[in-house]
Amino acid sequence: MFAYLIKRLIYAIPIALSVTVVSFVLVYLAPGDPLNAIAPADAPEEVIVALKSAYGLDKPVPVQYGLWLMRAVQGDLGTSIASGRAVTAEVLSAVSNTLLLAGMAALGGVLVGCVLGALAGYRHGTWIDRVATVISVIGVSIPHYWLGLVLTILFSIWLPWFPAMGAGPGGSSEWLWDAEHLRHLVLPALTLSVIPMGIITRTVRALVADMLEQEFVTALRARGLSGIAIFRHIAKNTAPTVLAVAGLQIGYLMGGSILVETVFAWPGTGFLLNTAIFQRDIPLLQGTILVLCMFFVVLNLLVDILQPLIDPRMGRS
Amino acid sequence: MSTTLELSLPTPAASATPAPSRSYWRVVGRQLRRDPMALAAGLVLLLIVGAAVLAPWLAPADPYKASMLKRLLPIGSPGFLLGSDELGRDMLSRLMHGGRLSLLMGVVPVLAAFGIGTAIGLLAGYVGGRLNMVIMRVLDVFYAFPSVLLAVAISGALGPGMSNSLIALTLVFVPQVVRVAESVTTQVRQLDYIEAARMSGASAFSIIRVHVLGNVLGPVFVYATGLLSVSMILASGLSFLGLGVKPPEPEWGLMLNTLRSAIYVNPWIAALPGALIFITSIAFNLLADSVRSAMDIRR
Repeated sequence: MFAYLIKRLIYAIPIALSVTVVSFVLVYLAPGDPLNAIAPADAPEEVIVALKSAYGLDKPVPVQYGLWLMRAVQGDLGTSIASGRAVTAEVLSAVSNTLLLAGMAALGGVLVGCVLGALAGYRHGTWIDRVATVISVIGVSIPHYWLGLVLTILFSIWLPWFPAMGAGPGGSSEWLWDAEHLRHLVLPALTLSVIPMGIITRTVRALVADMLEQEFVTALRARGLSGIAIFRHIAKNTAPTVLAVAGLQIGYLMGGSILVETVFAWPGTGFLLNTAIFQRDIPLLQGTILVLCMFFVVLNLLVDILQPLIDPRMGRS
Repeated sequence: MSTTLELSLPTPAASATPAPSRSYWRVVGRQLRRDPMALAAGLVLLLIVGAAVLAPWLAPADPYKASMLKRLLPIGSPGFLLGSDELGRDMLSRLMHGGRLSLLMGVVPVLAAFGIGTAIGLLAGYVGGRLNMVIMRVLDVFYAFPSVLLAVAISGALGPGMSNSLIALTLVFVPQVVRVAESVTTQVRQLDYIEAARMSGASAFSIIRVHVLGNVLGPVFVYATGLLSVSMILASGLSFLGLGVKPPEPEWGLMLNTLRSAIYVNPWIAALPGALIFITSIAFNLLADSVRSAMDIRR
């Protein structure tokens, strides 16, 4: 078990390092000078030279990467070109908003998905199964940015129950745990939760239906165990897989929330990425991508660590 | 199985090739034709693709012709069967024309990833050893990125535009296809008949072409059909963000974006392009499910 943990941790290091390389180099794929975003086209030569050295752009790319990485490790991701604020501060406040949205969506989606999937697996071939299958196919096929639009039309314009935009009253981006802020969270979280719901329903349904056919369940039944006791066995056996899928889903939602955040003007990382891309704000773009990907790497690591804790057989193999 | 092999190795094992024969595909086809879900999904796709391909001849109006007086007309207005958009252009015509770019941008990355990914996967799986390790470790890095973020990041870095989003989406799908192709190739490579073919003097290229490819194409094909719906949603999503197709081209994702401000005036017009993305994606998904179960018959 311990050896497995160490191995898994060591394996994560090169991945994390490569992610920093990709996050940094990605921006240099773009044609054109990154300076175009800062300097006017007719800037004099001295100004350009001064700006280049101010942003460290006069050094070769590998050197720039090294300096960037050293500072990033210390929590300094540079200064946003567009806003002039520290990238780390901007990214962290956006990440907390995105995490809230993705976390709620994952929670709701996983819970509903587990219940639906278990019902469908238990009642294999009945109408419940068919309804759950239809819902899961819809969940994985629906363009969620469009669902967000439809939900806005239904529950914000037709029935004015929930606000259509922002994370709080008056477009504030500071999150508070009160009724007004929670009302802002409902529609975006609901929209985003459809993806994990569909996938989890599918996974759990297949797992449960498969499990019920296994001999150990027949043996448990033969010994006269009650339905609830058998369900506990099934839940224990499906948990590791569900956990793995759900863990990855939170990661996907963190990265995938950009579209939903755009629809609902949610002040998260998606909004930040949008700004960074269209204003060609390179430090902001690099920083946001890096932080989001690190979240994903850590999440993967957590899932891999938690899995053998639930199912000891995995740690041994 | 090649004749050279039978000459040099006249054992019964030589004729036991699991590579799918032509009749296998015929069985899969028959299975699909009997599946009502596959037929329905296929019919819907045929309609959508047909309307898109034939748009220049079938569309009732010019998709670019704007009119300030006829903005956001409701569905069923005279002369505008599905209403008009925020610039007074005919929605039906724009939706039909929009299907061309949307479908193209959804299907091309999957096709490209299918080709490139299968080739890399075959190479990594067949050669094995250090090359395999290098290729697969490099791909692991791509797996460290959530796919939407990767697509947005690459096309954002390359700059807005159709070809850049095509490149971005292809790059997102290639690692996934490689993984499937590599794992099947690695399994097949260890089978006895590959060893036999190698001993008979067959070149690596002809072994891959004759004996490995047939086994790999099936699983990769099934996987790629499953990617079609993801690709449609992502491609239109990039255009929705303003990273893909540029205005005034008609494209469903972009139309959804430009019509967003119209939801307070004429909500159902604004929802139409997204509904088409949804229908297409669900049809792709159902078809992929049917193909998967139809191709499983061999096992």
